[in-house]
Amino acid sequence: MKNLIKDSVSGFKTLVVGMRLTIDQFFRRPVTVHYPREALKMPERYRGHIELVRDPETGNSLCIACKSCEKACPSDCIFVEGIKREGEKRKSPTEFSLDFTKCSLCGSCVEVCPTDALRFTKEYNLASTERSAYLYDLLRRLEGQKK
Amino acid sequence: MSVPPLELIKGPDETFILNLGPQHPATHGVLRIKLTMDGEYVTRAEPVPGYIHRMHEKMGENRTWNQFLPNTSRIDYLSAMAYTHAFVGVAERAAGIEVPPRAEYIRVITSELNRISSHLVWFGAFLLDLGGFTPLLYAFDDREKILDLLEGITGSRLTYCYYRFGGVCNDVDDAFLRGTKEFVAHMRPRMKLYRDLVTDNIILRKRLTDIGHISADMCRRYGATGPVIRGAGVAYDTRKVEPYSAYREFDFDIPVFPEADSMARYLVRMEEIVQSLRIIEQAVDRLPDGPFIAPKMPKVMKVPPGDYFYATEAARGRFAVRAVSDGKEIPYRLKLRAPSFSNLSLFEEASRGMMLPDALAMLGSLDLVIPDIDR
Ligand code: SF4
Ligand code: SF4
Repeated sequence: MKNLIKDSVSGFKTLVVGMRLTIDQFFRRPVTVHYPREALKMPERYRGHIELVRDPETGNSLCIACKSCEKACPSDCIFVEGIKREGEKRKSPTEFSLDFTKCSLCGSCVEVCPTDALRFTKEYNLASTERSAYLYDLLRRLEGQKK
Repeated sequence: MSVPPLELIKGPDETFILNLGPQHPATHGVLRIKLTMDGEYVTRAEPVPGYIHRMHEKMGENRTWNQFLPNTSRIDYLSAMAYTHAFVGVAERAAGIEVPPRAEYIRVITSELNRISSHLVWFGAFLLDLGGFTPLLYAFDDREKILDLLEGITGSRLTYCYYRFGGVCNDVDDAFLRGTKEFVAHMRPRMKLYRDLVTDNIILRKRLTDIGHISADMCRRYGATGPVIRGAGVAYDTRKVEPYSAYREFDFDIPVFPEADSMARYLVRMEEIVQSLRIIEQAVDRLPDGPFIAPKMPKVMKVPPGDYFYATEAARGRFAVRAVSDGKEIPYRLKLRAPSFSNLSLFEEASRGMMLPDALAMLGSLDLVIPDIDR
């Protein structure tokens, strides 16, 4: 009997404390953002899929097709092919594809690149029902951005 | 509450098999437990792990040291930092790399933030198991602040992969340090809110106190570590018994509760959040200047032949990497000692004769991460 009274009293107390905290919270401002009407800004270092960086002087990619990124990638996502064009000192890529289905966004490729020719994008809206939507041709993407 | 002795509850042929999982709201991830039930009582609980076995150890043996680095943050996705720490630690110890003090401090700050966020997930999920939904929202509100901070410096919210051999991959900026200080100041009153709202709640107390005993002896026999053994009265914490990184330089306590019931394990984790806040505060105040990664680190890591070992205290207990190198670019053998696996293995013995809801509460108090069990 004594226990029952004790439990009822402390039970009632926890109820009051809980309700007070909940009501307190009720009048606070919401912490969530109503996506997609509002979207959060991606931080500077956000890791989206990789893309090629343009050389500001020539307008072409900074990549020298050294294949370091291809070797460093733990999941074999990158395929690079390059040739040495006439009149140029360095090689340039003819093909640069990324299989984003396998990419873990680890950043090894970005870190290993000797010419800083790769960087992360801030894209995260990438839903698709087809696998082929994630096979990116990064060279074409770079050209597409030119126009 | 006393549990009837096993002989009494074991009827001759009246038991039945109950499958808990692999997809069940009370188990997180794909854990399957084959329960032999006698009415409401568990007579045997057989964990069946392996549903998300990803061969992390084998993957370690067929890729370079650098290439394995991203894997380490995916073994236990809730405490990625401590796992990466153990892996870079073993390579640094083997190759004799001196890590700059700033990097060590940054590692401590980020590891402790990660520990808090992991405990907050456990807190929310555990109470969800017990039938309380609201605390999860409070916990995730706070956790979100940590994720935002860590996203700002690492670029990722869960699988950080922030540490590199010899340091970390990016320096921390002022915004992060300011944000961390604000977070510590914000979190202290929140701990009081958690105490008022949840810890002192009579329903929670009744469901956890004196239920789910896991003795220190049982922990030792199964190799259970982390909050499980500290909730059984043993002050075993890798940060103290084998101090690694810069942990020697901070003043903090190891919370220990001798009751060995589900409530003790709950209280250990709540107190650990407070201690982690203390460590973070000290580390941010005393953060030394200097490089954040050792100079002249080779692009491809090579480790001299030998057998090496490095352990860290992850949120769930002791995580250790044993690496055997034959001097090549690829490790010869990588053994990953995962805390959740040992913590789960005692469940069969500990749950014998318990009522199902109590056994589930105890399972929740073990704080299991299934990818960590399966690896
Ligand atoms: S981010 Fe990592 S997984 Fe993705 S392409 Fe680069 S190296 Fe490969
Ligand atoms: S590492 Fe850099 S330069 Fe070399 S192939 Fe890759 S993107 Fe091009």
